[in-house]
Amino acid sequence: MAVDTKAMRKKFEIKPGPATREAFGRTLVELGRENKDVVAVDADLSKSTMTVYFQKEFPDRFFSCGIAEANMVGVAAGLAMSGKIPFAASFSVFAVNKGFEQMRVCGAYGRSNLKIVGTHSGISIGEDGPSQMSVEEIALACSLVGFVVMAPADELSCKALVRAAAAYVGPVFIRTGRPKAPVVYGPDQKFEIGKAVEVAPGTDLTIIANGLLVAQSLVAADLLDAEGVSARVIDMHTVKPLDRDAIARAAAETGAIVVAEEHLVDGGLGVKVAQAVAETHPCVMEFVGIHDRYAESGQPEELLEKYGLVGRDIAAAARKVLARK
Amino acid sequence: MAKSIDELQVISKRVRRDIVEMITAAKSGHPGGSLSAVEILVELYFNTMRIDPANPKWADRDRFILSKGHAAPVLYSVMAERGYADTPKDKLNTLRQFGSVYQGHPDMRFIPSLEASTGSLGQGLSLGLGMALGARLDGRPSRFYVMLGDGEIQEGQVWEAAMAAAFHKVDNLVAIVDYNGIQLDGFVKDIMEVAPLAEKWRSFGWHVLEINGHDPKTVRLAFEEAAETKGKPTAVVAHTVKGKGVSFMENNPKFHGVAPTQDELKLALQELN
Repeated sequence: MAVDTKAMRKKFEIKPGPATREAFGRTLVELGRENKDVVAVDADLSKSTMTVYFQKEFPDRFFSCGIAEANMVGVAAGLAMSGKIPFAASFSVFAVNKGFEQMRVCGAYGRSNLKIVGTHSGISIGEDGPSQMSVEEIALACSLVGFVVMAPADELSCKALVRAAAAYVGPVFIRTGRPKAPVVYGPDQKFEIGKAVEVAPGTDLTIIANGLLVAQSLVAADLLDAEGVSARVIDMHTVKPLDRDAIARAAAETGAIVVAEEHLVDGGLGVKVAQAVAETHPCVMEFVGIHDRYAESGQPEELLEKYGLVGRDIAAAARKVLARK
Repeated sequence: MAKSIDELQVISKRVRRDIVEMITAAKSGHPGGSLSAVEILVELYFNTMRIDPANPKWADRDRFILSKGHAAPVLYSVMAERGYADTPKDKLNTLRQFGSVYQGHPDMRFIPSLEASTGSLGQGLSLGLGMALGARLDGRPSRFYVMLGDGEIQEGQVWEAAMAAAFHKVDNLVAIVDYNGIQLDGFVKDIMEVAPLAEKWRSFGWHVLEINGHDPKTVRLAFEEAAETKGKPTAVVAHTVKGKGVSFMENNPKFHGVAPTQDELKLALQELN
């Protein structure tokens, strides 16, 4: 299928938009206005997770749990079992790592309508350093039976997916970030749980990304475009359930895939995509992510550069995968 | 359908027989901590709790969570006695067998009338707290009862929940500690001392009642007092005997998690006659 991408491509410009955690906080308030059953639970990070907006408007429906994430997740599950739609928020690294067993027993096994929102995910939290950096929670959350796991790229997609999570009946984990998120989408874009979005068409290879790395993948596509390489970019905002059709199509039509994520390559999006590729239409692949190491303090941009998570790195992986095609 | 204390005692005896029979048939399970909890569960399900077994999802019902999920046999037997459709009495002896609704630990996938799937210790009080907060928000009259093991409260999450329940002044929540003094590896005092229990709960902001967990009248009065206590949750520290009712199981750490043999079952049933 020949697409004249050169004619269609409009160069992507990084324009910082609100952080995805900010989008979550604002959307939670909207949801609260629309449905009295929406409640929030937090563990002393409401001013960072932005559940503070909800707390201010609905103090009776906001439950402070103190610095006790295991209990926070359990309380949220109990609220769900009382018919509420609870959003429990903390930094991803605390919500998932400290609340994991509760997410498993009360959320997954107990099949409760639990929504966990992790903020400050990845290394782009920046200055706080590795103890606060969540680089494994996608792997952990995906291992929970029946969980929906999402990592939105920008404000608009995050708002839509938080809404989708509230409407969906069942346990959900949403990964959001601290820094301003580059704007990827226009106002008309629609989002659906489990349905990937092709953000740039292309024929020579496909870059599959989520979170902050969708914007970086568009930067990479521009770099490749200048070299005469047509890269398709797919936003895989939902890691579970995975859009296997979009992956199979990309594999069949472009014959090479690069996966890019702000997460350990062990167990993250790349592994899930590779599994789908192996089962549908095997093709060459490369993986951009964090390779078995912890990062350090610094500005988000400095860290993304040092740890190989910017457009340049994704373009390099694309050249590598094309050489193997 | 309030029952007299005498009637409850008759039911308790049947439940004890069920427990030893079920676990013997299963060849594995936890008799000690099931037998220690009998009077408390019987009082809850036959008197204290506002429940309707014919309508198990009634929104305004009271709820019981067996946080010490390994004591599943006592819960199964009591629910079967109480007449829930998904806990058939004639299937109790399929406990722990492939295909049985009577899973090793309480599992809502198999018995929807259960209020929680439990078994990983330390989690039930958080669930009960969340449920209680939800009911309070809706102005429902429901009350929430969570039974914890004395070994179980070594889990840190219990105290996270204890702190939060008092902080949120949740007075529709009752924690019951089955204080039988024995956990898997031995006596609680030798594994990890939890005493002084009443003081611990009190210092966390709970109303505390210390009772004999085998005296049906005292158990009933404790739940009545809990219901009248406003502005704080109530902890019932129930002094119990592990293996209660079967002489050779009483206070014997071996019967925390070991099934009786057929010979032991015979002896047990003689004693429970």
